[in-house]
Amino acid sequence: MSALPNPAIYRSRFRRNRIAVTLGYASAVFGVGWIAIILAILVYKGIGGLSLDVFTQMTPPPGSAGGLLNAIAGSAIMTVLAVLIGTPVGVLAGTYLSEFGKHDRIAAIVRFVNDILLSAPSVVVGLFVYEIMVAPMGHFSGYAGAVALAVIVIPVVVRTTEDMLNLVPDTMREAAASIGLPRSHMIIHIAYRAARAGIVTGILLAIARVSGETAPLLFTALNNQFWSMNMNAPMPSLPVVIFQFALSPYAEWQKLAWTGALIITVTVLGLSILARTLTHRR
Amino acid sequence: MSQSLANQPALAGMTAAAGLRAAKLNRLRTSDAAFRGMTRGAALGVLLLLGGVIVSLVAGSAPAFRAFGPGFVTAEVWNPVTEQFGALAPITGTLATSLIAMLIAVPIGIMIAFFLTELCPMALRRPIGMAIELLAGVPSIIYGIWGLFVFAPFLQTYVQPYIIATFENIPIFSTIFAGPPYGIGVMTAGLILAIMVLPFVTAISRDVFDSVPPVMKEATYGLGCTTWEVFRSVILPHTRVGVIGGVMLGLGRALGETMAVTFVIGNAHRISGSILAPGTTISASIANEFTEAVGDIYTSSLIALGLILFVITFIVLAAARLMLAQLEKGKK
Amino acid sequence: MDVSVKSVPLSVDMPAQAGSTAKLEEKISIRNLEFFYGESRALKKIDLPLYAKKVTAFIGPSGCGKSTLLRVLNRMYDLYPGQRATGEVVLDGENLLAPGLDINLLRARVGMVFQKPTPFPMSIYENIAFGIRLYEDLPKAEIDNRVESALRRAALWEEVKDKLNAGGQALSGGQQQRLCIARTVAVRPEVILFDEPCSALDPISTAKIEELIDELKQDYTIVIVTHNMQQAARVSDFTTFMYLGEVVEFGPTATIFTAPTDKRTQDYITGRFG
Repeated sequence: MSALPNPAIYRSRFRRNRIAVTLGYASAVFGVGWIAIILAILVYKGIGGLSLDVFTQMTPPPGSAGGLLNAIAGSAIMTVLAVLIGTPVGVLAGTYLSEFGKHDRIAAIVRFVNDILLSAPSVVVGLFVYEIMVAPMGHFSGYAGAVALAVIVIPVVVRTTEDMLNLVPDTMREAAASIGLPRSHMIIHIAYRAARAGIVTGILLAIARVSGETAPLLFTALNNQFWSMNMNAPMPSLPVVIFQFALSPYAEWQKLAWTGALIITVTVLGLSILARTLTHRR
Repeated sequence: MSQSLANQPALAGMTAAAGLRAAKLNRLRTSDAAFRGMTRGAALGVLLLLGGVIVSLVAGSAPAFRAFGPGFVTAEVWNPVTEQFGALAPITGTLATSLIAMLIAVPIGIMIAFFLTELCPMALRRPIGMAIELLAGVPSIIYGIWGLFVFAPFLQTYVQPYIIATFENIPIFSTIFAGPPYGIGVMTAGLILAIMVLPFVTAISRDVFDSVPPVMKEATYGLGCTTWEVFRSVILPHTRVGVIGGVMLGLGRALGETMAVTFVIGNAHRISGSILAPGTTISASIANEFTEAVGDIYTSSLIALGLILFVITFIVLAAARLMLAQLEKGKK
Repeated sequence: MDVSVKSVPLSVDMPAQAGSTAKLEEKISIRNLEFFYGESRALKKIDLPLYAKKVTAFIGPSGCGKSTLLRVLNRMYDLYPGQRATGEVVLDGENLLAPGLDINLLRARVGMVFQKPTPFPMSIYENIAFGIRLYEDLPKAEIDNRVESALRRAALWEEVKDKLNAGGQALSGGQQQRLCIARTVAVRPEVILFDEPCSALDPISTAKIEELIDELKQDYTIVIVTHNMQQAARVSDFTTFMYLGEVVEFGPTATIFTAPTDKRTQDYITGRFG
């Protein structure tokens, strides 16, 4: 090493490198550490309350035991309806962006707007649906909650549909065209089939996204203490119940809130992992 | 097409078959046009959605702006009893919590991305990367409940008294970190936002760092550069626009985040010099008060807060998207 | 080498002589064709006959425009904005470049097989039945027959008859390519375009495809783009040598390969460039 023109510079460079590398490792440990702590506490606090009652009993009045059945059912119903509304719109719009409007100005604007909607504050979505549904109808309702969730589903599905259709090779489109297949039939019979796993992934991710959404439901579906399958009336949902119970002074409610939080997290992570394995296999 | 098919002597027999084909194709073409129309309609529907959001917010906030004028944005008062409302406290809280979050999350997120792309053993890269992506998807209410029951009491007992004592006699800092230790407050909200935004900043930074052509890195290593030098003088400058775009996306998320903040901010409509004091943000005010708001002016003022939030995030997100789009274009 | 054609020396410079071969019928006549990618001109004043039930090969160094020319024949370029062609491509008396032409119907008449095998993401059976159903409403039994005959035509039937419901992507590369040929044949085209059909295949699969092309020319007009001169010599009746977007020389394959008139053709086939 004696050939080095200036050993001092060399040493200082490597010292700086060592500091940076250490910081890199430290940051990674820090980041992963938080994640581990949060998940560990969530499991610790939530698992104690996890029993069959949680899935079979209604949310209790303060001071007594109960479960989360009506909240889980309400969440499930509104999520399903939101996906039923949002998916067709999202898939069709994504198809337009990828297949028809690849190069036109409208598509560029739609793509931009969709990206904005994708990360727009969800509380604003709640206000929007309140204005267009709750205020005119005069009351909160499960329908309004589902629509608010659908507004969140749409941009997610648009984005993944476009991305996945873009992955379908042009040779496939040419091959379809070469036997005289009109564009729409190529899309429906060939491109959708080739991109199926990806589009399903997008829908799963959208479900994962909305199943934890709280803010848009607060002033659309509101909440309901009881078993209510009437979509035209206020409807309970897991996230809103957690919100309400966690901020209450009652120990039973707080405990249920933790259990609900654990259920949501497991659901969301499960859906995300499922979605990932679906696309990864291809 | 069919009339010209008719005058081809060699294929006279084909004409009938060709006629059938044309008829079948005509049917296909009708459905083709219908499908194209539907996709276009759906795409325009996305535009309509944004338009609807803007129009409904503007309409809903009109009474508040009529009552208070542009002064609504700069007034600190928030009094449901006298029906006097101003947005300054929530706006300040929103900006302050987001600022704290970004100050922490950006450098750490970039360093984690540095770790993932340059330092991490290959075998760990995918699992750690995936864990971080999954965490970006954990619903914010989880962070909220954790913040309220675990993080805030921890800060209140172990961290804040120590901070207050440390800065007690240093000017300026003694105001910023003035007691008492509430546990909940602006700083707590900022820290939780930081933890929330961290996976997001990390994931995007990693993606843009990965986009640096390996040749470029190899050439720099070939000069005898250290890992840090390669990162600092090649990767980071090369991906600057992408990183800033990603950071702004994270900022957009922090600004609009509702549940994680609502639990721990304290919902106090005042501006305090101390970041340990309770405050409020736009989204927390809306989430806490909207269903209980009585009277048109109160409701309208909350919607006006929503409009302000939307405008701020729209600007940040639009800038972020434009920067990321620039990057895409540069790649081609 | 198949040199059944009377070796009348044909060349672009002397189009009049093309008429003297009475047995040859022009299926497609390319007249004064130019092609543009945006502003840049990729094909310059192409005049070329493509004879019915013969195999015509396009050869030339990469970037010479041979694939571009092929893709004009079924207007595949229409899929992409900014690409356009001028001049005339006449198929059985009808100009393919005319505006308002039914492109889907054109593509049913002019089929195409691609460089990489492109089976649709569906079963082997469906890959073929799909194209048939596009144009004809047939009973199931009739479609079964058509699928079988198309697969036989593509020399694939024996290999797949027991797994017609398996996915098309499960086949080997060579089998996939034959499946694509079967799919093309099933639509009953008059012309089949091959765009470097063997470039992704092993030698044995290549030999099978070449054999197949030789059989198919009894019923179809075939155009093949290839970068492999031996392949052009083996399978084609006529060869077109292209260079920098122009047709340098056109004639019976034997003539082009044994007595080219143009210096550039000579250089290319002797391997001096390309």
